[in-house]
Amino acid sequence: MPERKKNAAELAVEMKQITKRFGNFVANDSIDFDVRRGEVHALLGENGAGKSTLMNQLYGLYLPSSGEIFINGKKVRITGPKIAIARGIGMVHQHFMLVQPFTVAENIVLGCESVRAFGILDTTRAFQEVEDLSRRYGLAVDPGARIQDISVAMQQRVEILKCLYRGAEILILDEPTAVLTPQEIDFLAEILQNLTAEGKTVIIITHKLREIKKMAHRCTVIRRGVKIGTVDVASRSESELAEMMVGRAVSFDVEKTPARVQEPVLLLTDIYALNNRGLPALKGISLVVKRGEILALAGIDGNGQSELVEVLTGLRPVESGSIRFRNTEITDFPSGKRIDMGLAAIPEDRQKRGLIGPFTIAENLILEERSLPPFSRSGILDLQAISRHAKTLIDRFDIRPPREQYLATSLSGGNQQKVILAREITRDPELLIASQPTRGLDVGAIEYVRKRLVQVRDAGKAVLLISLDLDETLALADRIAVIYEGRIVAVLDREETDERTLGLLMAGGGAVHV
Amino acid sequence: MSDEKRKLLAASPLFFTFFSVLTGLLVGALVLLISGYSPLKAYHVIIDGIFSRPSYIVYTVIYSTPLIMTGLSVAFAFRTGLFNIGAEGQFIMGALGAALAGAFLHLPPVLHAIVAALAGIAAAAVWGGIAGFLKARFGVNEVIATIMLNWTALYLNNFIVTLPSIKRTATNATAFILDSARIEILPLWKVSEAGRTWRAMHPFWHDIFRTPFNAGILVALFLAFFCWWILNRTTLGYELRAVGHNADCSEHTGINVKARMISSMAIAGGLAGAAGALHVLGWTRQAAELAAMEGLGFDGIAVALIGGSSPIGCIPAGLLFGALKYGGSKLQFALRAPIEVVNIVIGSIIFFVAMPKLLRIIRRWLEPKKRQGGDSHAA
Repeated sequence: MPERKKNAAELAVEMKQITKRFGNFVANDSIDFDVRRGEVHALLGENGAGKSTLMNQLYGLYLPSSGEIFINGKKVRITGPKIAIARGIGMVHQHFMLVQPFTVAENIVLGCESVRAFGILDTTRAFQEVEDLSRRYGLAVDPGARIQDISVAMQQRVEILKCLYRGAEILILDEPTAVLTPQEIDFLAEILQNLTAEGKTVIIITHKLREIKKMAHRCTVIRRGVKIGTVDVASRSESELAEMMVGRAVSFDVEKTPARVQEPVLLLTDIYALNNRGLPALKGISLVVKRGEILALAGIDGNGQSELVEVLTGLRPVESGSIRFRNTEITDFPSGKRIDMGLAAIPEDRQKRGLIGPFTIAENLILEERSLPPFSRSGILDLQAISRHAKTLIDRFDIRPPREQYLATSLSGGNQQKVILAREITRDPELLIASQPTRGLDVGAIEYVRKRLVQVRDAGKAVLLISLDLDETLALADRIAVIYEGRIVAVLDREETDERTLGLLMAGGGAVHV
Repeated sequence: MSDEKRKLLAASPLFFTFFSVLTGLLVGALVLLISGYSPLKAYHVIIDGIFSRPSYIVYTVIYSTPLIMTGLSVAFAFRTGLFNIGAEGQFIMGALGAALAGAFLHLPPVLHAIVAALAGIAAAAVWGGIAGFLKARFGVNEVIATIMLNWTALYLNNFIVTLPSIKRTATNATAFILDSARIEILPLWKVSEAGRTWRAMHPFWHDIFRTPFNAGILVALFLAFFCWWILNRTTLGYELRAVGHNADCSEHTGINVKARMISSMAIAGGLAGAAGALHVLGWTRQAAELAAMEGLGFDGIAVALIGGSSPIGCIPAGLLFGALKYGGSKLQFALRAPIEVVNIVIGSIIFFVAMPKLLRIIRRWLEPKKRQGGDSHAA
């Protein structure tokens, strides 16, 4: 067809009628997807909508069950990442694939190193090449720095450079903004502009609408494996895009009445603690959490949040300092005792700490109350009571599929989170520590989880929210504490602050401490 | 419909175990053939050797009894995420404890047997518990700790057994246990005048009474059920399984992971100890100096594996293992085939049980062809 030929000239990627099945599950259902050369194209969809699956087929990680792929108008069969790279496709995964003790330059040339005689690495040349590349695209990096010493944003640049070094013309970025501060996101937008100005094509996979507005020219929306449509970003509002993605109108604002703050329930005084490598992670944290409020801890990943939560839940010993909970010194209490006192935690890593995968939903719902009546009497489990309890909670928290005998591993991320939430909230805790409670969830589930957290607050309990997502922090918090390098650098009222201020504080700017 | 049935069959672990056993037997046949023996004749000898007389069947059960219990020991620890290689040493401790209590305590019948069995179980539970403690307190890998404890148990046994006050004269074994501690079925009556006359009139029972038929199998069956009950119906079992599946989450939700490790290893030790204790009380009546490990504890690892680490599964697995061991031993006499051939058969079975990847290939082969069609289209 003549029309197709005309398109082919300007289309960098064209995927036609792509269907991908996993067993009986259809992850992609006859999806048509095209990307013009030199544009930033966003692939938008909820978690599990099938956007990563689609891109993994473009990058050769999966083979389509049916359908055709054209690169620059030429039909191709991409059977593996090597083929994809040879065709000029590069992918930056959500979890970076860098060798931590290696330098930036070493990581970039890894796998296609220039070698001198006897297999000796040509380090000077590697440095030179990396510097040339980074200057050309405005991707400032220090080629000699070790990956373990540079920030996440820097690591992302290294990943992008790695793709460019391999000759990528088409770049796929999987959730590129998940780990960045607002300032870093702006910078990434600039980088993407530079790339497209140099004629590169960029595909970003995301479910964050604001960034699409900021970075992308066009946007393709996928819902439950089916393409909903491709639109010009400029012509649609955020809420229109959200509606396309979810299939119904969504409200991003959490309905909240003003907090009715009562007396403090948790008092941290001058907490010092080490991280897993034995280095100081918490350097004198003092913090107060009161009944009836949501206190959010804002900060970039790796500034001591995980360690602080472990200190609070009793999994990590403190070097010094004191923790008082409900007017009792609990610094040396084991985690079981803290749980019995009414401390509940939604862990950041739900697979690792939140659930026991091979246990049923019913079993997972009694993890903390396993030895209490009615679930256990004189050490013997009452399976009927456990099952009844599960049915009630499945109903109340809308856990799907509603089968208490299903294994936790068989649930989607959102429903796993609902199981954890159900378990922690129904215990009616005095303090709920929620670490990244909505990470990886789709819009519908996020809405739900946030509403529940506010309900806990309104019931006069305290909520400590640890989130890397500033939108979430701002939407939920009554007060915001900013953590930077193991110190609380500021505690602000929600009304007094905005994204800019917080972003600066999170990046270490404006820190009062020395 | 038949597709659905096939799928169901393909997904069932029982099917795979059965399949593995069959494959093992086939490989064993091949080995026999290569070594110059007729596999048909050999398997005929084995099957005859297990089933052709009541006493053979009883012997099979007697052989299986300790294997079921050491299998339970390994399976139980495994459910808590621990690998108990120490069933061997725990077996030795159980046998030693029971032999000493059986020989040197004076108690009425039945009670004496119970006390002697408990003494063996307790000694072995301590032995297993030590490994658990070392892991919980110092992070010593339980595999290494239990291997070393196996040798410690062996030499401790040899030391105690050969003490002048304990040793039976002119032997390298403890004094025989007292009759009050024996759990053989009517051991005295069956060799008495009255017993002999009765046996002469009942050839079936006469044959059975030629064996040291004892109550051990009942205990083994009870323990299998007991383990299942502990694991699935008690808070302790819930916590043990939780730790086994996900220690991080267990710790986070307030389970004392270290304490649970110790209790799991102690229970596992007790189970292997029960095997040793009942072996002494029901059959050997003594603890002897050991030149090497007997292997009943190590065999428990294989039994647990074949039984899919489930307590109930250990019963058929133990019976199968016991049958192969007992029936296979007859190959030596009938065909002059070395016992190693039987070991190769057993080894092949375990090999195939432990090969999930092969099983996945079989599963795909059993699945409806539709999916393959889809794949080949893509390819």
